[in-house]
Amino acid sequence: MQTDRKNRFLTREEAVYFAILAAVVFLILPLALDPFRLNLFGKYLTYAFVAIGLVLCWGAGGILSLGQGVFFGLGGYCMAMFLKLEASTPENTAIQSTPGIPDFMDWNQITALPWWWEPFHSLFFSLLAVVVVPVVFAFIVGVAMFRRRVGGVYFAIITQAIAAILTILIIGQQGFTGGVNGITDLRTLNGWDIRTDEAKTALYFVNGALLFACLFAAQYVRRSKLGRLLIAMRDQEDRVRFSGYDVASFKIFVFCLGAAFAGIGGAMFTLQVGFMSPTLVGIVPSIEMVIFAAVGGRLSILGAVYGTLLVNWAKTTFSESFPELWLLGLGALFIAVVMTFPNGLAGLWSEQIMPRARKLFAGGTARPAPASPDTAAGLTQPRKAAAE
Amino acid sequence: MTDSSKPTMPGVSRRAVLAGGAALTASLFAPKGLRAQDFPTAAVNTTGLAVTDDTVTIGILHSVTGTMAISETGSVQAEKLAIEQINAQGGILGRKIEYIQEDGASDWPTFAEKAKKLLVNDKVASVMGCWTSASRKAVLPVFEQYNGFLYYPTFYEGLEQSPNVIYTGQEATQQIIAGLDWVNQTKGAKTFYLLGSDYIWPRTSNKIARKHIENFMEGCEVVGEEYYPLGHTQFNSVINKIRLRKPDVIYAIVVGGSNVAFYKQLKAAGIDMTEEKPILLTISVTEDEIRGIGGENIEGAYACMKYFQSLENDNNLEFVKAFKEMWGDDMVIGDVTQAAYLGPWLWKAAVEKAGSFDVDKVREASPGIELTSAPEGYVKVHENHHLWSKTRVGRAKADGQYEVVYETADLVEPDPFPEGYQ
Repeated sequence: MQTDRKNRFLTREEAVYFAILAAVVFLILPLALDPFRLNLFGKYLTYAFVAIGLVLCWGAGGILSLGQGVFFGLGGYCMAMFLKLEASTPENTAIQSTPGIPDFMDWNQITALPWWWEPFHSLFFSLLAVVVVPVVFAFIVGVAMFRRRVGGVYFAIITQAIAAILTILIIGQQGFTGGVNGITDLRTLNGWDIRTDEAKTALYFVNGALLFACLFAAQYVRRSKLGRLLIAMRDQEDRVRFSGYDVASFKIFVFCLGAAFAGIGGAMFTLQVGFMSPTLVGIVPSIEMVIFAAVGGRLSILGAVYGTLLVNWAKTTFSESFPELWLLGLGALFIAVVMTFPNGLAGLWSEQIMPRARKLFAGGTARPAPASPDTAAGLTQPRKAAAE
Repeated sequence: MTDSSKPTMPGVSRRAVLAGGAALTASLFAPKGLRAQDFPTAAVNTTGLAVTDDTVTIGILHSVTGTMAISETGSVQAEKLAIEQINAQGGILGRKIEYIQEDGASDWPTFAEKAKKLLVNDKVASVMGCWTSASRKAVLPVFEQYNGFLYYPTFYEGLEQSPNVIYTGQEATQQIIAGLDWVNQTKGAKTFYLLGSDYIWPRTSNKIARKHIENFMEGCEVVGEEYYPLGHTQFNSVINKIRLRKPDVIYAIVVGGSNVAFYKQLKAAGIDMTEEKPILLTISVTEDEIRGIGGENIEGAYACMKYFQSLENDNNLEFVKAFKEMWGDDMVIGDVTQAAYLGPWLWKAAVEKAGSFDVDKVREASPGIELTSAPEGYVKVHENHHLWSKTRVGRAKADGQYEVVYETADLVEPDPFPEGYQ
């Protein structure tokens, strides 16, 4: 079975695609961009973590979550809490009524660090929390939903409600969370100034490496029996259940995995941008993240990365050139992509560009292109995909 | 002041120095600007800012899309007007101001991104921008790291004093204390009901109001204090409580879209503000907000600001006229719009005093800068980077304008870290 092409971790074609993305992320972008633009792309790539998770949950598993910002935010806040505590030394905060606590607590008349902030003095604990907190939260939500067989639109609506609830909670508890302003003015990570250009560049590469780790993990899941079961569940959930599989457990697992990816992305966001705020937790960013995955192609993990980069790059460029009209341009881009290529950029590649290229090079004798399920970076084309 | 520009500017003609001194007062319609050839670029720009022999580039960073766009548009318009007027007079040190406008999109990370772009890529000499505290907090580390210079127009909660920001709006004590004293002394108000939207500005402001009422106003007390999430639209329960407790004053710091619901529901509940039972005193409703609320819904309420469009002085009449000529007759001008208008003028005066665009020199020159041409009247930059301004109370009329009923005799000193109010 190990030699079966379908079960190999990467086909030759996929290996090429991974290598191309690696070249883009680790060579082309760093060489072509100045530190400021590179930092921007680093920020975009943090959203790609979420998009990869969405490809697994939504594209493969059929679980559309409109609340991934929650996990991104939880990861980001865990990181921000550590950095904020490090920045709030008694010397730096001597001007406050209570020196040594984060500035926003002081503004809110809090005079002692709340107990649940205490563990975030530890870097190890904080890094662990970046992954564990989102996963535990996703597990609770997942158990509550999937064990009761809540799915489809209802699940999407509930995740959206959770995003709204968490935003309100963060804003309402501003003494403990920084409220609307978020947690700002983060400076050092274990004594290392994260605001310098060198640090930003280093963080960019750490971010890229973590992204590839997540990509490989996602690819592993897709290639495993679990990945095929997910697709089977998406297309015929009842049949999988009647075959004796515990559908809910698989869904919970993939939902938690997506949350873990998002949490890592959030932490990297905090490190590279230098703050975390509830605007990254709520409904709007959560839906934006779904758009990244949709534009890139919700069936392709690499497509999701490209989609994220494209949409964010367009967002920045449009808004710099047309500060008052850019939202329209962005909307047009999204509509154009989704109308013309329902499977996003990856679909455009595997359905339009590759078959034609093959025809061109093989003189028309090529095998019928999209029939092979492993074209375009493991794009597993579902029969029902167009109907969804 | 001429002394301070001499060492940095060898070879400056006596005439130019005198002109520089005269420009400190920055008379709005001074006939002549300074000549660029008297200020060689190499001398006025030693840190690589976007300054050429005939232009200097600054940034404008506000939200023109998203929920804050409606509030921030007035600031953008005022800043562009000021820039145009300065250019018409010959610019700054003989250089025309060009601007690069970026959209913060009502999103704090975007503000940080764009601020960095303006400072790092575009090397702008200064930035006029931000509106909400959240956006200012987001860009602050960027300005401090890259040594940018920001003119921030909004009245805000205080508790901040950055070397890289000039705060052209009022900090909280400037907006609150005089208004409370006025309502106590002229209206005999003794009991206050505080309410606001739930974020740092209303909370900090109400904290200062409460301390002032309890510690400094004899026989006065706070009978209620409540907060509602941003965007909240159901105020019936608090209105019922207000009717039960019968405070002399409702002290309201409700912001944004919530305002519309709040004032309409107050009116619907039979609280007629023109009868002053109770008096409504707000620090969050400018002429801009009244357009959304509707003048008939807020008629009779009092607002405590430093500027009202209806101020009758020559500076303001000119300003309102020029603003409407540029942006249309139906425009209204609120407190923050006027404060935003001061930004480019204050920067001009500071640059000319310093004889340089270098941020460090402009910062050094800023305290003590005076503007006699401000629409609100005379203002002066304090050592703490805030402005000395008068506090005024206006009464809302049905046509959406305020009638000024009180102003402090002297300028009120800015005090961003007020003792006794923490």
